[in-house]
Amino acid sequence: MALDKSEVEKIAQLARLHVSDSEADEVASRISEILALIDKMQAVDTQNVEPLSHPLDSVQRLRPDEVNETDRRDELQENSPNTEAGLYLVPKVID
Amino acid sequence: MIGKSITELSKALAAREISSVELTQAYLKRINEVDESLNSFITVCEDQALAQAKAADTKLAAGEANSLCGIPMAHKDIFCTKGITTTCGSRMLSNFVSPYDATVVEKFKAAGAVTLGKTNMDEFAMGSSNETSYFGPVNNPWDITRVPGGSSGGSATAVAADLCAMATGTDTGGSIRQPASFCGVTGFKPSYGRVSRWGMIAFASSLDQAGPICKSAEDAAMMLNVMAGLDIKDSTSIDLAVPDYRATLNDSLDGLRIGIPRQHFAEGLKAEVEQAVREALSEYEKLGATLVDIDLPNNHLSVSAYYVVAPAEASANLSRYDGVRYGYRCDNPVDLEDMYKRTRSEGFGDEVKRRILVGTYALSAGYYDAYYLKAQRIRRLIKQDFLDAFKDVDVIVGPTSPHTAFLLGAKTDPVAMYLEDIYTIAVNLAGLPGVSIPAGISDDLPIGLQIVAGDFAEAKLLNVAHQFQLHTDWHTRKPNLSGPGFAAPSSKEVEG
Repeated sequence: MALDKSEVEKIAQLARLHVSDSEADEVASRISEILALIDKMQAVDTQNVEPLSHPLDSVQRLRPDEVNETDRRDELQENSPNTEAGLYLVPKVID
Repeated sequence: MIGKSITELSKALAAREISSVELTQAYLKRINEVDESLNSFITVCEDQALAQAKAADTKLAAGEANSLCGIPMAHKDIFCTKGITTTCGSRMLSNFVSPYDATVVEKFKAAGAVTLGKTNMDEFAMGSSNETSYFGPVNNPWDITRVPGGSSGGSATAVAADLCAMATGTDTGGSIRQPASFCGVTGFKPSYGRVSRWGMIAFASSLDQAGPICKSAEDAAMMLNVMAGLDIKDSTSIDLAVPDYRATLNDSLDGLRIGIPRQHFAEGLKAEVEQAVREALSEYEKLGATLVDIDLPNNHLSVSAYYVVAPAEASANLSRYDGVRYGYRCDNPVDLEDMYKRTRSEGFGDEVKRRILVGTYALSAGYYDAYYLKAQRIRRLIKQDFLDAFKDVDVIVGPTSPHTAFLLGAKTDPVAMYLEDIYTIAVNLAGLPGVSIPAGISDDLPIGLQIVAGDFAEAKLLNVAHQFQLHTDWHTRKPNLSGPGFAAPSSKEVEG
């Protein structure tokens, strides 16, 4: 399945990636090559096969609803680009 | 002392023939002399390493040390290390100093190992040649014009070039085994869930697994003894007791049934690699094993299924890199959308962006069933192939890679690069343990033998690998580091 430029723009938007006009054609063709590789799967009948999302079909382990973490906000925010009073500062979101 | 196995170093340290400080200084000196030509380290932690070595020496003197105490090691830069930059080979995290240690790192620290530094890797573990790192490619120590393999290229190179005694790696589609094969070292991928992924930067959460890269199966057993075990902080970590992996290394191979998959000996496999693998198989027959032809009929779909599942999971995992809380943030964002887009487009390299786009597409409305769900069904078929095979055989053996290390820059087509992992990928999809051990050299380049076992059969795998290493010496071969690429810095200055 081949991708065209407009589809690349759509998925780029979903992924919050910027793909420039000049890059878009190349990106589309690269991804189409990968999709051609992936399309080999379509040749196999998997109608009665259950999907495998975990190698051992394990399920999420649960634990009692007890607080067991401490507040490490200051330590964890040492790497932050821009904070104030424990909040993360970003460009204005709401007009 | 440099270049000895963990087993030998451990004995020497315990006997006080050498101190951990002396050993650490020796490795740091060697990194300084040699790594400029290899680029296997992103960060070297000299002060911390010496402090850890001093502490280890105190323990050793008091007779309180365990087998890894004082041994200098390196961690792939995908493991969070407290107070030390953890970049994941990416611009996105080039300024990230981790506030915590990964469980794997904690375990080695508790065992008294010394961290020399963080090794170079393909960006976000996406690659099979260590050419996608923001910090430049790693060069294969056997021939610096060639790739070391990836994504754990830095770790494999560092071990091969004796820049550390052992290293950690991660394997999502072959990223421990393939570089181990290209660099002539032993690389072990445990079963999915055997080793904690807490603090290990996520690429594809249902495939990623941490493992040892070192000089021998015996060394790998020592490392795995430390690395393996339940970690409640990793919800995919399996609650299964950790045996002493050294205890069964010397079990006899009499009666061992080795499966040889037809699909791993088909077109694309280079003659010299096949020859080395066939010779290794003869060696195993001498040790009492029987060879059984088997089929892995869906193997040809493994790369296709992987390149849906892995990018899809990556697109989800890498959505956290948004410039808000940590990591790279673009300059002067005009609004939030601009911040997200430019941060991510500037912070990620091309291969990472490509995979995020493929993954996003595969998961998007209208395509989820045809791609992601389809790939998960293929995945079950692939696992079933292995389960069926293991009814008749104990282990599966074949080449790790179709060929030896290729030239830097040789594979410009992503799909050609993806096909590098044709023998290794299915093992990750099935969650099984696999190892690559050196089994030959052709044109001065190492050849790796891959051995795969059933779920949680790490002990059997290490036993089978160890017995080969007792009767052959491929794993003791070292690259010649005195070629033109390793000219001393002073002679370079004269030329400049």
